[in-house]
Amino acid sequence: MKFDKPITIALSKGRIFKQTLPLLAHAGIEPADDPETSRKLILATNHPQVKLLIIRATDVPTYVQWGAADMGIAGKDVLLEHGGEGLYEPLDLKIARCRLMVAGRAGAELTGTPLRVATKYVNAARRHFAAKGQQVEIIKLYGSMELAPLVGLADLIVDLVESGDTLKANGLVPLEHITDISARLVVNKAAWKMKHATVTCLLAALREAVSSEPPRS
Amino acid sequence: MLPEGIDEILPPEALALEELRRELLDLYHRWGYDLVVPPFIEYLESLLSGTGSDLELQTFKLTDQVTGRTLGIRADITPQAARIDAHKLRHDGPTRLCYLGTVLNSRGEGLAASRSPLQIGAELYGYAGVEAELEILCLMLESLQCAGIDDIYLDLGHVGIYRGLIQQAGLDDVQEQALFEALQRKAVPELQVLVDGFELRNGLGEMLIGLTEMSGDEVLEQAPEQLAGAGEAVLSALERLRRLAALLGERVPGIPVHYDLAELRGYHYHTGVVFAAFIPGQGQEVARGGRYDDIGRLFGRARPACGFSADLKQLFRLGRRERRTEQPAILSPAASDPLLMQKVRSLRTQGRRVIQSLPGAGAGETECGEMLVKQGEAWVVTVI
Repeated sequence: MKFDKPITIALSKGRIFKQTLPLLAHAGIEPADDPETSRKLILATNHPQVKLLIIRATDVPTYVQWGAADMGIAGKDVLLEHGGEGLYEPLDLKIARCRLMVAGRAGAELTGTPLRVATKYVNAARRHFAAKGQQVEIIKLYGSMELAPLVGLADLIVDLVESGDTLKANGLVPLEHITDISARLVVNKAAWKMKHATVTCLLAALREAVSSEPPRS
Repeated sequence: MLPEGIDEILPPEALALEELRRELLDLYHRWGYDLVVPPFIEYLESLLSGTGSDLELQTFKLTDQVTGRTLGIRADITPQAARIDAHKLRHDGPTRLCYLGTVLNSRGEGLAASRSPLQIGAELYGYAGVEAELEILCLMLESLQCAGIDDIYLDLGHVGIYRGLIQQAGLDDVQEQALFEALQRKAVPELQVLVDGFELRNGLGEMLIGLTEMSGDEVLEQAPEQLAGAGEAVLSALERLRRLAALLGERVPGIPVHYDLAELRGYHYHTGVVFAAFIPGQGQEVARGGRYDDIGRLFGRARPACGFSADLKQLFRLGRRERRTEQPAILSPAASDPLLMQKVRSLRTQGRRVIQSLPGAGAGETECGEMLVKQGEAWVVTVI
């Protein structure tokens, strides 16, 4: 694959990075360093024109929206919170899959008016309950949401669920399925227009990689 | 501290910005565009007429203590210019207007997130032909060049293509809104789900999803085939884009043009061609415009209309412009000699900058490269 314009791709380390590697390899891109061992935030690749930015998952849409990165890989959960304004999200990479769910204590009576919902996904939670016409009070947390119903901080939580093991271990049960989550390829609008040949070429290679890879969780 | 998204411009940038402002307004004057100065604040209804909901959220509102009616602080001058054309000027032939002024946005758009852009723009009313779009596009490009911005990429689209497809699909407002949002994000996976749910026939679903891919510099060759079954309105929109592209290629050869048939900027009031200028290093467009034929209807006359606008402050920040070279300022002593006063007046008339010292104060002297010195009876300018 040829790149006639420089391209930066923003992604987060951990699960998304690991599962993106085979897709990038399919497009002929291999990073020169491993972000788990390297402290570098800008990784070179085997293509002098292609660089990877290693940033926090929630920052990916912001970097791409403002053109600090041309493309990025971001979970749909992050995009739902960000709003996706100013971004193109043309491809479902079908990696880092999970579900965004409402969960609560097994058998607990939900009597609070309004119900209190603890979550990291404030916008998605608000939209979900608004669509049901249910008035709720949202409590923003940054992690360990499962704790909130146990100590009486909240009646319900909205969180990502993979296997459901963490919920079960804390005596919680999934109650409502909000949406399926997977990682998306996001593209900056200006990059789409000004680096169109390169962007569509990479997009096509990734699309092909996605359809040839078996679905991952 | 200033409120978020509100800025001020200090010396020496303020003067350089003013120079650019004058040059641009002179440029529009030379192209035959008449300057209008619409009010900063108006009754809300007339500010928002014909613009759909796009501007409603962006507009600061307050209550008029005299009439009790709601006033809006303009968030865009375009509708004001359209009102002036439709209501005040009432010409039958083509009318060319330009404007410059501060607008306020309740929510900032863009990275700099300015909520008080200095909007500059030009509008051409009363001509429905593609030559109007061509003229406006050329003027936009010339404005950018005048501001010292080169390396411009032009993005061209036509809202009639999407609109034509939607009309055939017979969707309700909620469905259309969902489709519109997904299309603006080129979110193919979501579009697929929506289109499957709507059970569209005659290949409409495939065409709507196909729009996300219909971008690039060669799309106009392939699109007529891909949209062959899309109906008369869609095909004539395509033909319009093609004619504009051909004319533009003759007038501004070599400019990179990117066509994007899913681009629906300002969809709720644009009716035809939409365009924007991008430059490397900027994640968002630096100037934008298009055709919006219906906007004057609410003011009594629907007139063909197209135009462009940009934020002068942004153009100024992005442009690399040569500053006008000026002779150094001249320092005059704090004396009140009538001969000195005469000399100062005459120098100022010639366009020189003369700073007269205030007794006991030294302010403003640092920038002076020359000074007035008394030699015999006469005051002469000498280098400091």
